[in-house]
Amino acid sequence: MMEIQEELTLENQLEKISSLLPRGYRFVTMTVVDDGEGFDIFYHFDLKYKLETLRLKLPYGASLPSISKAWFAALIAENEIQDLFGITVTGLDIDYRMHMLLAEDAPVAPFCRVPGVGVSALKVETKSEGGAL
Amino acid sequence: MSMLIPYGPQHPVLPEPLQLRLEINDEKVISAMPVIGYVHRGLEKLAEQKDFQQDTYLIERVCGICSFIHSLTYCMGIEEMMNIAVPPRANYLRVVWSELHRMHSHLLALGLLADAFGFENLFMQLWQTREHVMDAMEATTGGRVMLGSCCIGGVRKDIDPAQAKFVLDQVAKVEKELKELVPVLLDDYGVKQRLVGVGVLDPQAAYSRGAVGPTLRASGVRRDHRMTGYCAYGELGFEPVVRKECDCYARTDVRVGELHQSIDLVRRALAKLPDSELKTPFKGNPSGEVAVRAEQPRGEVLYYLRGNGTDKLDRLRVRTPTFANIAPLLGMLVGCNLADVAVIILSTDPCISCTER
Repeated sequence: MMEIQEELTLENQLEKISSLLPRGYRFVTMTVVDDGEGFDIFYHFDLKYKLETLRLKLPYGASLPSISKAWFAALIAENEIQDLFGITVTGLDIDYRMHMLLAEDAPVAPFCRVPGVGVSALKVETKSEGGAL
Repeated sequence: MSMLIPYGPQHPVLPEPLQLRLEINDEKVISAMPVIGYVHRGLEKLAEQKDFQQDTYLIERVCGICSFIHSLTYCMGIEEMMNIAVPPRANYLRVVWSELHRMHSHLLALGLLADAFGFENLFMQLWQTREHVMDAMEATTGGRVMLGSCCIGGVRKDIDPAQAKFVLDQVAKVEKELKELVPVLLDDYGVKQRLVGVGVLDPQAAYSRGAVGPTLRASGVRRDHRMTGYCAYGELGFEPVVRKECDCYARTDVRVGELHQSIDLVRRALAKLPDSELKTPFKGNPSGEVAVRAEQPRGEVLYYLRGNGTDKLDRLRVRTPTFANIAPLLGMLVGCNLADVAVIILSTDPCISCTER
């Protein structure tokens, strides 16, 4: 079973994750789970074949600070999270603005339990008919 | 003055739709930005709507090249969640099919690389050799790419002595033909001119940018997830193939080394194939969460699974090796000649269908 090595907060997320680089960790990926009450953001790192997972609980509508300044490899995962869950990731080096994987007319935040629930109001353009909202 | 070139998504040497927006100045690449999303299918979401047994076969379709290892990794995750012990024979058979998949994937990748640097005859010869591996998979499972042989708790199919002999004959043919092809691939003057010193990824950048598989090992980092001994790798003994040159040539050399290694692993696995059941029966539904990893031909794959005690998973997440190799690829392209872009991309053996799921 997966162990959570550390619980992160929005206040200490960047500091804790940046500290892993000089300690020899390798970025593996990020996973997001919509548990119905908010998002679980998992940061997976590898050190000598051991997977270390850090978790950040993100409320719906909150923005997620990007870790791509410290871990460039996270850039693609963070853009994917923006696309699929509608979470606004701030401070991205390259921001595809929710259209890295999804086309212009694709459903908004299709991986959310309630489609579009995590999307900040600024980025959503609701449609009169069709679409996810 | 710099200009922007849209490289792909339809390009003669790209087997799948990938676009790179290249900023170039006098034939030198200044920056590269990937544009993907042409083959996104939402398979992770679909997996949440199927039951966890059906997902075994759905997940196999994430990729049309390393399909078996996708279903294997997924099954390993469910087995960990449900405490299912896989019978020894099934573990050895999983190694056999995994290594056959690695062989056909590496031969495919080397052929595409040869095509990228304009050696079409070598491309066709490598793909002809690949056919022996495809025949071995068809003879043992009935499928050439989608084997459908892995299941939760073990495997669905056995390899009998006659089939084992056929597989050994096929890998012997591959080995014989590689003796003729590898010198062309690694020693030919024209080929070396296209590969040596091109697309350099230093060890520090490879590691910090999260590179995996041959892309990481060709930069001198000794890391292969088979070292953890999953399935029967721990009993068969295993050492990663590592090169230190960090360029396209090193990545090619690593794949050639791994082809020979896979031949050896198939032989040893079939020689030591233990007698046991093929599958452990189980009841119930998965609950809890796991993150499992395995080594695909392109590198480490990660599956995150969260079960809720029903027959449907709450979440299934796949991080494929090409997804991890995009960031390192962008670093390799900076400063290269425009003419080398295709070779550098193909040296990482990208699989876009995998990446986008």
